[in-house]
Amino acid sequence: MADLTSNFLGIKSPNPFWLASAPPTDKEYNVRRAFEAGWGGVVWKTLGEEGPPVVNVNGPRYGAIYGADRRLLGLNNIELITDRPLEVNLEEMARVKADYPDHALIASIMVPCEEAAWKAILPRVAETNADGIELNFGCPHGMSERGMGAAVGQVPEYIEMVTRWCKQYYDRPVIVKLTPNITDVRKPAAAARNGGADAVSLINTINSITSVDLDSFAPEPTIDGKGSHGGYCGPAVKPIALSMVSEIARDPATAGLPISGIGGVTTWRDAAEFMSLGCGNVQVCTAAMTYGFKIVEEMKRGLSQWMDEKGYRTTADFIGRAVPNVTDWQYLNLNYVTKAKIDQDACIKCGRCYAACEDTSHQAIWMKEGRVFEVNDAECVACNLCVDVCPVEDCITMERMEGGAVDPRTGQTVSNDYANWTTHPNNPMAKAAE
Amino acid sequence: MTSPQTPGITSGRLSQEQLAQNFEDLHAPCDGHEAAVAADRCYFCHDAPCVTACPTDIDIPLFIRQISTGMSEAAARTIFEQNILGGMCARVCPTETLCEEVCVRETAEGKPVEIGRLQRFATDSLMARQGHPFARAEATGKRVAVVGAGPAGLACAHRLAMKGHEVVIYEAKPKPGGLNEYGIATYKTVDDFAAREVDWLLGIGGITIEHGRSLGVEVTLDGLVENFDAVFLGMGLGGVNLLEIDGGEMAGVEDAVSFISALRQAEDRASVSVGRNVVVIGGGMTAVDAAVQAKLLGAQSVTLAYRRSQAEMPASRYEQDLAASKGVHLLCNVMPVAMHGDGAVAEIELEYTQVVDGRVTGTGETMRLPADQVFRAIGQTLAPADGLEQERRKIKVSDTGRTSMDGVWAGGDCTPGEDLTVVAVAEGRDAAEDIHVALMA
Repeated sequence: MADLTSNFLGIKSPNPFWLASAPPTDKEYNVRRAFEAGWGGVVWKTLGEEGPPVVNVNGPRYGAIYGADRRLLGLNNIELITDRPLEVNLEEMARVKADYPDHALIASIMVPCEEAAWKAILPRVAETNADGIELNFGCPHGMSERGMGAAVGQVPEYIEMVTRWCKQYYDRPVIVKLTPNITDVRKPAAAARNGGADAVSLINTINSITSVDLDSFAPEPTIDGKGSHGGYCGPAVKPIALSMVSEIARDPATAGLPISGIGGVTTWRDAAEFMSLGCGNVQVCTAAMTYGFKIVEEMKRGLSQWMDEKGYRTTADFIGRAVPNVTDWQYLNLNYVTKAKIDQDACIKCGRCYAACEDTSHQAIWMKEGRVFEVNDAECVACNLCVDVCPVEDCITMERMEGGAVDPRTGQTVSNDYANWTTHPNNPMAKAAE
Repeated sequence: MTSPQTPGITSGRLSQEQLAQNFEDLHAPCDGHEAAVAADRCYFCHDAPCVTACPTDIDIPLFIRQISTGMSEAAARTIFEQNILGGMCARVCPTETLCEEVCVRETAEGKPVEIGRLQRFATDSLMARQGHPFARAEATGKRVAVVGAGPAGLACAHRLAMKGHEVVIYEAKPKPGGLNEYGIATYKTVDDFAAREVDWLLGIGGITIEHGRSLGVEVTLDGLVENFDAVFLGMGLGGVNLLEIDGGEMAGVEDAVSFISALRQAEDRASVSVGRNVVVIGGGMTAVDAAVQAKLLGAQSVTLAYRRSQAEMPASRYEQDLAASKGVHLLCNVMPVAMHGDGAVAEIELEYTQVVDGRVTGTGETMRLPADQVFRAIGQTLAPADGLEQERRKIKVSDTGRTSMDGVWAGGDCTPGEDLTVVAVAEGRDAAEDIHVALMA
């Protein structure tokens, strides 16, 4: 039986599934129920400065993108950090941590970019006995207009500065949460490391407007006829998050920096993918907001089953295993030649592969008498679009051509040798063969 | 108190509540979310098989995609452009042998996209909210006579009116609609849909219907040819095939089409009489409609007697299953040889059959079933139309509906081809297009 226990920065939790700092972790009531439901850890809803708390809008806070049958694919929110008094949150955190010593409890913090503000709040957080802190440099809406959240996360110098203060005034692990609303996520990640961060977590939400009401011509969610961009999350953002995680995991300046993966984690498989790209654990929000806390049960059982099937005893056995396989385009093997192949027995004759290839790709699929669809190898560039649009799983596959065979498209003999763009004759920058 | 056990032919076998429940909509209309989920299952196939299978060539993937983007009324327009009776066809088309049979999801998982229900969702939404969706072209000054206000005649008249021609429809019966009004099971077209659909169709303008005018009686083909620029014949099959056996004319032996028609036109279903033991002779849609409705009216036992095997029944498998689910006994490989009874039929004698060299022949072995009511559903025939060349006992026509007589077109059940509402609509529409070309040449 796989061992799901997690040790992230020395913080132990019964499993690697943490609830991200967000509405689900807003208060003691929720967090206790989340732990009872099986979540391994919780990052408490972001704390602000002492004093009158922030206020939220009183109209809708969320907007959604749907797939078939109103399956929620993407969620957008304009909720701010906690709108409850600091002392209430701190008291509740202390109580919960005392009752759940084996579960991870992290305090998310967002205060102004002034040393005094951080110096003031950190000792009070430490008194709760929370396992660590997460610096919210990510929220793209509302607080960023006040110089916090993503406004800090978009300036590497600020990240480094604030992280350094935190390491100075707090003695437990410091996680820096990054915003994806930047051009190169490696820069803020490196800044966090330079400031002494123990880990980064990513991604926070993406600037978004989910839709426009075509009667009122107002963006959604709409507050009295107006809308503001919110933060996008949910299954739709996972590919963006995976890419950003992989950049940090493989860049020499940040490689080895622990990562907590966030962004559309909905199933055990999503979690395993994030972890294989170097994440020590994952944080979940939208899946819980869509289906409730019970969703973690599937994640735990699924991950456990997969680990058993693969022979992984602990999560450490597969964390980071996909990182060496993420490379630059220029190093991809240009001698790897494949052709699409349609399984005629599995084909249901919808013709989507034909329409896609004929109209938008390389005219490499024939439509023959009786709606028989076949690949013309002489035109197929192996783009994979037919596979992607086919409604039947495994009906169309990409078959590799053996070395020595002649590719009917190029007339060239396929070689088993690895060769990439850096040495390709068409590349003006090609390095001379040695 | 009358009940299903009451002997003989009588009305009021079931309570009003039970009758109301028995005759409610066969397929409940779907709501918006249901339609969205059903529409999302469509793969938007290239050169879609469902379109090829539709006699009226409705662009099914397009209208379904329009439903899924929240534009059900635009979807309806896509349907009506091809088939102005798309509302009725959504209810009565044997989709299981047309569009839905060839749906790739039928191939993939044995569960096609629910094209019929989606078509009803779209057409209902437009008809509920909008007036007539099409406008007439500028008047051409041409006048066309249409015989029969059934699906073929209405489709033809509508297309002609759209093109700017004036149309007069001559209809024998007191109501328009043809078989849609008189010949289809009530549970397939509830709430007087057939009549409402004709009203809505006539919203195009330029169409007059003269009722109580049958061809060969009140009007003549020669007269029409003389007085109009073109004539379209879209009458139904007036004659009913008789049972040429001993006792075939006894009291209690009736036409299935008359029974179906009486039930459709009845103000109160409890007033329609039905036997305790009913036998329906035939294996087509009319036979099924009569058998099922006899059962729903409260007949204690209903047997559908068909001379060939179940696999050869003209009624679709879906219709057979529907009949079985309502308690109709499907008895195959039997043919009637005699009726017995004292004045009125009391028993039917059936002979078992076998097929020898493709022909149905009796085995010599017979059986008797109690029967106080027997319905003939063994086909209908065309009343002969003078001066028109015939083919398979129907009016011979070209691909575009031209008959052997100049200026006369025909379509629907009076011409060869499948006797389906949707086929009649296609033939009426296509003839109208050809008439238009001929008139404007």
